[in-house]
Amino acid sequence: MDFGLSQDQQMLRDAVSRCLADNCPLDHVRECAEGEASFSDKVQSALNELGIAGMMVPEKHGGLGMTLLDAAVVAEQLGYAVAPVPFLSSHVLAPIALAQAGSEQQQSEWLPKIANGEARIGVAIAETIEARDGAGISAENGKLTGTALFALDFTGADAYLVADTAGRLHLVPADAAGLERRPLTTIDRTRSVGELRFEQVAVQPLADDGGAGAARLRDAGRVILAADSLGAGQAMIEKAVDYAGQREQFGRIIGSFQAVKHMCAEMAARHEPCRSLVWYAAHAFDAAPEEAALAACHAKSHTGEVYRFVARTSTEVHGGMGFTDLLGLHYWFKRIGFDRQVLGGPEAVRAEAAALQGWDRAA
Amino acid sequence: MDLEYGPEYDAFREELRSFLEKHGDRAPDGQGRAARPSSEAVEWQKLLIEHGYTARTIPKEYGGYGAQPDILQSRIIAEEFSRAGLPGGLSNQGISMLVPTLLELGSEEQKRRWIEPTLKGETVWCQGYSEPGAGSDLAALKTSAHVENGDFVINGQKIWTSTAKQSDMIFCLVRTEPDAPKHGGISYLIFSMDTPGIEVRPLKTMTGHAEFNETFFTDVRVPMDQIVGQRGQGWYVANATLGHERGMLGDPDALENRFQALVKLMQEERVGQGRAIDNPVLRDRLAALQAEVAAMKYNGMRILSDNLKGDPGGMAKLIVKLQSCELAHQISALAIDASGEMGILYHGSDREREGGAWQWNYMFQLGLIIGGGTAQIQKNIIAERGLDMPREPRLAKPAPAEQAAAVTARQKQGAA
Repeated sequence: MDFGLSQDQQMLRDAVSRCLADNCPLDHVRECAEGEASFSDKVQSALNELGIAGMMVPEKHGGLGMTLLDAAVVAEQLGYAVAPVPFLSSHVLAPIALAQAGSEQQQSEWLPKIANGEARIGVAIAETIEARDGAGISAENGKLTGTALFALDFTGADAYLVADTAGRLHLVPADAAGLERRPLTTIDRTRSVGELRFEQVAVQPLADDGGAGAARLRDAGRVILAADSLGAGQAMIEKAVDYAGQREQFGRIIGSFQAVKHMCAEMAARHEPCRSLVWYAAHAFDAAPEEAALAACHAKSHTGEVYRFVARTSTEVHGGMGFTDLLGLHYWFKRIGFDRQVLGGPEAVRAEAAALQGWDRAA
Repeated sequence: MDLEYGPEYDAFREELRSFLEKHGDRAPDGQGRAARPSSEAVEWQKLLIEHGYTARTIPKEYGGYGAQPDILQSRIIAEEFSRAGLPGGLSNQGISMLVPTLLELGSEEQKRRWIEPTLKGETVWCQGYSEPGAGSDLAALKTSAHVENGDFVINGQKIWTSTAKQSDMIFCLVRTEPDAPKHGGISYLIFSMDTPGIEVRPLKTMTGHAEFNETFFTDVRVPMDQIVGQRGQGWYVANATLGHERGMLGDPDALENRFQALVKLMQEERVGQGRAIDNPVLRDRLAALQAEVAAMKYNGMRILSDNLKGDPGGMAKLIVKLQSCELAHQISALAIDASGEMGILYHGSDREREGGAWQWNYMFQLGLIIGGGTAQIQKNIIAERGLDMPREPRLAKPAPAEQAAAVTARQKQGAA
């Protein structure tokens, strides 16, 4: 019995952490976020050298065939460093979907390129959770029509995986005729999302699994977003504790005031169990499929609540400085805000959790 | 991540399951709240000790089962009793606090005299720590014991002495060295509640029941050998048991059981033509609590793993009391809200739900948030020990000796 990370996973965590400490300081994040390209090629290639790009690609397609718990370990570090890289969709969700339901031709065309960092794939499944602004994709005769919002890892993608209203996934090259792409600008400039408009676009469908593939992507995506917030929250707590340990007012270190100390303790107390919750949800995805959906809902909704609290409380501990751009604390605040809303906010996800257990139906 | 306990533990679990199947009908009902175990409960306790399902690691010569400590076996025992809905071994203050203290710091004679009858439920103990003027600042206690003709003579008052009326014995902190620094002047005494000069007055709480008492001592004479540890060392002796109390309050199985009871309530409670759980707002709160219960459950598994590796648990453990007590309180709060007006029925009213248990729990759990180290003290511990944040500056500079003693004491308290 060992509830925790294996030695390999701890080494992976430490390697990614060192890599990001070296290659992704806040100044670099700021450059990316304030510039045109939201993603950092420099950080991505440093991660590629560790094999991160192909970690979820099966070994026979040139990847490392690792688990979602491994990916969650990486995501936590990416959140900690607010790293501007297309990890979630290109390197976790797309390989899972393609390995699971892609045709042989789709797999051999895309998986090796994902693994060696040559190709990026965006994922658009927001409408399988909640359709906003009348968005939704209909598929007829191998052609897609309609709008998909919040395609993840949008910028620079070579292709997109798109879910239609029945939950079936389709692979679409970014330059397909009839596809119009429009970026959406969010609070979080370290991520990239956008809108895909389809007008009779010829696509290659993945295997029809009755929506199971899209559901599995939701589960994986939620775990990765929860892990990202776990890392971002860890960073915000550390920053608050550091700041409170240096800043003096009324002739005292402000961290010695209970009012401030207790804010930090509350953050830590709510944060710590999230680590186990996220680990378990990732483990369930890998090893206990019957629990995976509910565990992912719990991890996503609970971290959504906890890290909203951490984000605002850490900012408050920093006082006026926390509110400025100078410290850059807001990059973590916004990263957490993004993680909370994407792939279902807490209320939407809890409604799903209730439905999964039949709570919404009389016996 | 490996959640299997392994084949030897599966065998242990199977054995326990068949034991519970075979003997489960001998388990007493409603044992949990009875201060003085019924004869049925005492028999059950003896049966459990005999099979090693309680007092498992207490040496045989002191009345235990004498097994080597094994964290996973202990965990399996807790899981299986909870799963079967049967009461496990007794867990009163004598068993959970005094026995570990005696094992660690008691004299050989004290171990032989007290541990076995305590384990068997024959000797019931209460705890004399808190005083009206010494709550969070326990070391400020004033109950005094001066020496007269070879006896300690005790005067003062204790509060929050649960089960004092039903107890045979008390383990009690008293100030024996009035001139010593705060933490260094305390001794840990054990004596009979029948000793002349002890008066117990029930302390009625907001629940309407007297779960606690106030205990008054007037010239209570206790032979000087009824001390655990040395004179003046009582603070350190007591801190061994405070650690056990804190561990006791965070029980993931208990949270899970309360949560399942809440789900059942919300599915069964009728509102018009529907059920309480059909209300989407209440259902949302239910799902939110479920995620928190899950988080604490996995946090508990993580602590268990850490302990298996010989790691005391760090932050994951420091937060358990604060988070678990609050979560239990929130579970009761939702049960009351889901019951609407029915949620306020109490005192044995017509139409009362489950004997008013949800309201009782809601109120009593607020007591648990305050007791055993208040939420605010817990936050100080998390901040100072877990996050290494600076301490509150002291109003006046204490003598260096006192400062050193206090630091050691706090370190011990945090480590426990």
